[in-house]
Order: sequence, then structure tokens, then C-alpha cells
Amino acid sequence: MTKSSEPELVIRAKGLRKTYGDFVAVAGIDFEVKRGEAFGLLGPNGAGKSTTMRMITSTLQRTEGELQILGKDPDKFGPEIRAHLGVVPQQDNLDRQLTVWENILVYGRYFGLSRKFLKNKIEELLAFAQLEDKRNVKSEELSGGMKRRLTIARGLVNEPEILLLDEPTTGLDPQARHVLWDRLFRLKELGVTLVLTTHYMDEAEQLCDRLIVMDKGQIMAEGSPAQLIKDYSSKEVLEVRFGSTGNADAAKKLQKIGDRIEVLPDRILIYSENGEKALEQLTKMGLKPVTSLVRRSSLEDVFLRLTGRTLVD
Amino acid sequence: MSFINAAIALAERRSGKLGSSIFAGRPGTVAERNLRTLKSSSGLTFVAGFVEPVLFLIAFGYGVGGMVGTITDHGKTISYAAYIMPALLATSAMNGAIFDSTWNVYFKMQFAKLYQGMLATSLGTLDVALGEIGWAMFRGFVYAIGFVTVVGSLGLLPSLGGALLAIVAAGIVAFAFASVGMGITSYVKSFQQLDMITFLLLPMFLFSGTLFPLSIFPEWAQALINALPLRQSIDLVRDCMNLNLSWSLFSHLTYFAVMIIGGLFFTTRRLTALFLR
Repeated sequence: MTKSSEPELVIRAKGLRKTYGDFVAVAGIDFEVKRGEAFGLLGPNGAGKSTTMRMITSTLQRTEGELQILGKDPDKFGPEIRAHLGVVPQQDNLDRQLTVWENILVYGRYFGLSRKFLKNKIEELLAFAQLEDKRNVKSEELSGGMKRRLTIARGLVNEPEILLLDEPTTGLDPQARHVLWDRLFRLKELGVTLVLTTHYMDEAEQLCDRLIVMDKGQIMAEGSPAQLIKDYSSKEVLEVRFGSTGNADAAKKLQKIGDRIEVLPDRILIYSENGEKALEQLTKMGLKPVTSLVRRSSLEDVFLRLTGRTLVD
Repeated sequence: MSFINAAIALAERRSGKLGSSIFAGRPGTVAERNLRTLKSSSGLTFVAGFVEPVLFLIAFGYGVGGMVGTITDHGKTISYAAYIMPALLATSAMNGAIFDSTWNVYFKMQFAKLYQGMLATSLGTLDVALGEIGWAMFRGFVYAIGFVTVVGSLGLLPSLGGALLAIVAAGIVAFAFASVGMGITSYVKSFQQLDMITFLLLPMFLFSGTLFPLSIFPEWAQALINALPLRQSIDLVRDCMNLNLSWSLFSHLTYFAVMIIGGLFFTTRRLTALFLR
């Protein structure tokens, strides 16, 4: 309850570090999350996103550094902090022996909520997750998308202030992803703070107000998706392909076009404020790409710029 | 803006109290979850574990008992079936508790990822440990009541008071085995290791003075067997059943208190190491 108009910080990490023996999973990172914002951790597999997430959910102790969740140290106040959180883990850990309805009930009971309160709450959550007609179905019989929605509904049973989602749409088909994104938008509108990890740039662009780009346990950049693209990439990207043997030769000739080029195994990316114009220049030089495509810059390009690697290998 | 809801209010109430980082005061909700699964799936296996000692009672009590006749123990002469009955009651309580706290717990921990889910809520590790152990104890306790009911219908109960006291004793036995069972299971890494527990239970069952008095063994073997938990259980249940009450009850109770506290301690510690580190 802050008096000023400045939003309250719900998560504050300083020099946060986690090591397993010699292996450094998270290499001393600083970040803050404000109440009500959608905060993303973007990075490839093994970047330390899930480890960071688990330290926030107070199910993993940090090796070093400071971490405060709602002003409290998760190592000392685990159960107390978790009462404020909703957790959606990377792998569904629904109770397979129970029905959809029972899954939410039992989870609510773990938080100590009364059956009377839960009776109404479950109806609300089933509607939210679009699972009303599946209430008596065993959770193991649900589709992947439904399982995810149930996991999210379950995570909301205690009306959490912060909802933590680890790779929420990994393994889902495009339609199921869009349904899920829509549900997450609604939560954001309700004022729930969202913290999510993802290795999908489109997901980060769609959902996050602000994000950190992580690689090898470190933060490479921080900002809103638009700001990051502005800072680390050009407005547009021209993608050209010269076939598997022609790319390297063509790349030598392309150095003068655009702001910067990036040669990938299968294609060349030309960063430019005007992609069509770059393509014109290229054709004038006598180069004939097999295919060409002009698109807007995305977080994928930001990541490539920062690390020299693509997000999804 | 007020964000104080029911779950938070509950958690705040325990804030700063002793053990609040591992205990939220709600082990019952874990047992409640198990109760819900009972009606759907594992009903049959629940019954199966109880039938075993009943079969032993019939096969040995009446089959072998017909040839043995009576047996003299603690200066009292009783039928063979009446002699093995309390021992089988103790075994029944042990079986129920062990089955749940080993196989079921292992499955929930390694495959169903249930504890991970529970520990993402405001539950603490001691809640999970107590809830699961309490449930396993409940199972052993239900087996004991079932067994006593069967025994009663066969007319083998010496007295109603003895029977009630023996059921309470069986509850304590179940609690102790559940606690140690879950403690061990939480360190188990494979089904093979789990099988070892089951494998060790058989000789303990056969040689703990279940089917014949310990006096046939040399003294050193007797001393060894007396240190085994099933032996302690049989003594306690038999003394209660026969209303043979003496100070030795306290030594048995101390033994079980150590098992219970030790099991809870290691289970909680291991759950913390596995899921909250």
C-alpha cells in the first residue's frame, strides 16, 4: 500500500545467483517487477529462466544475493509467500487421480480455503478456463491445452497477487496458445501481476510489458519489447536465401546494404529501416535471391544481435 | 487496494511462529486429497492388503493349530489360533501402513509429482509428511479394525476391553511404521530399492514371534529379534489384547515414539531437500 503514485515493487532481485557445484545456473542478476505488470524472462533453453522462476516461487534456495517477494525473503517465509502466489509449472503436475473439479478443490484446500468459499470459486474458475463441461472428467483425460488451462485455473484458486508461469504455451498447438494468451490478458486487466518465462518471442511480444533477455544465466538486455527492438535492431528486416551454397558468396557482396547483416546457415538477414529499398538495391547489384521476405523486426532479432544465436535452435 | 484474501490471512496468522517455514497447520488437507482418490480407484487394493492376515489366521490358526493344539505363553494356556491372533493384528496394521508409505508415496513423489504441486501452495514440508503418514496410519488402523471384527466373529477375542485397547495399540504401530516407511521411501531412488523393503518384511514377519514363541531361539538371537519393530509391535498388541498390562508397555511406547519422531524428522528434511532447495 504505497502512498505515492509510483507502483509498488512486488519482486526485487539483486545479485541473485544459483550454482550447482561448478555449474552456474544464474550468474548474479538484478531485476524488479512492479505490481500489475506483465514481466517476461525470455531466453533459450538452459538460460536460467526456470531456475530464476523457482527461486521466486520459493521452491529453490538461492546460492547468493538478495531476493524479496512482497518484501519478504523466500528462504525464510516460504509458505507465507506462497500464499500470495499462483504457480503454473513447466510440466503439468495435476492430480491425475482426481477430476477437474476436484483438482481445484483439493488445491484450494491446501491453501486452507473453506469448502464453502471454494464451491463458488471453482465455478468462476471453470468458466474462466472454459472447462465447465469437463468438470467431472479425470484430469489425465484432458487435452494438452485443457490441462494447461486447468493448471492456470488451479493456480488462481487462492486469488494470487502474482501469477508465475513457466513456459505456459510450450507444446500447445497455435489455437490453444491463442486461447491461453486471451485468458492471460484478462488476468492482467484484473490487476494480477504476471511473471512468465518463454522462449517464444511472439509470446513475449504479445504478453509482456517489460522483459529481460537471458542467456547463460545472465541478463543481456532489459526493456519493453518495442524499446528492445528499437535499441537492438532496425525497423525492418529483409530475409534473403541464395540456396545452401550461395549464401556465403552473396554475403560478401551485401556488406554495404542496410545497417547490418546476419548470415545464418539457411538465410541472410539484412537489417534496414526500409526493407523494400534494400531489396531494390540488392537486385540492382545483380543478385538474384531464391526467395526474399521483408518483415518487421522482432525480439528474435534482438536476441540474435545480443548473443549471435537464434532463440529456438 | 487491499489484496488480503482468505489464503493470505491464514498464512499471516502463522507468521513468525515456531516452525512456520515448514508447517502451515494443515496436514489434514493432504489426507483429504487421499480420501477423495479412494472412492475412485484404489478401492480394491485397499481391501486386498487386509485379506492377507485373515488368510494367515485361517490357514495357520485352524490348519496348523489343529495339530499344535494349545500353547503356553506367559504362564497362560491358550489355543494356537488365539496365540497368533494378536501377532497377526500387529502385522495387519504394519502392512497397511507400510504399503501406503512406501509404494504409494514413491509413486506420488517420483511419477505423479504430487508433492511438487502441494509445496507450490502455502503448505509446508511437515504438513505433507504428517498428512501422508497420517493417511498411511489410517490405513493400518482400518486394517486393524477389520481384522479385529473378523476375529470377533470367529469368537477368538479374549475380552472387549482387550480388543479395544489392542486396536489403539495397532494404531500406534501403524503410525510408527508409516513414519519410518515414508522416511525411508523419501530416500529411495529406484523400484529395486523399494522391493528390498518388501523383501525384508517377510523374514521379520516369520521370525518375530508371530507363529511361535521366541523361546526356541538361542538368547543372542532373541535379543536381536527383540530389537525389531515388528517384535515390539507384537508384544505391545499382545499385551493389550490380553490385558497383560505392565511397565514394559512404556518401553514399547518409547520405542514407537522414537520411530515416529525419527521418521517425521527425516521425511520432512528429505522433502525440503528434494523440493525446496
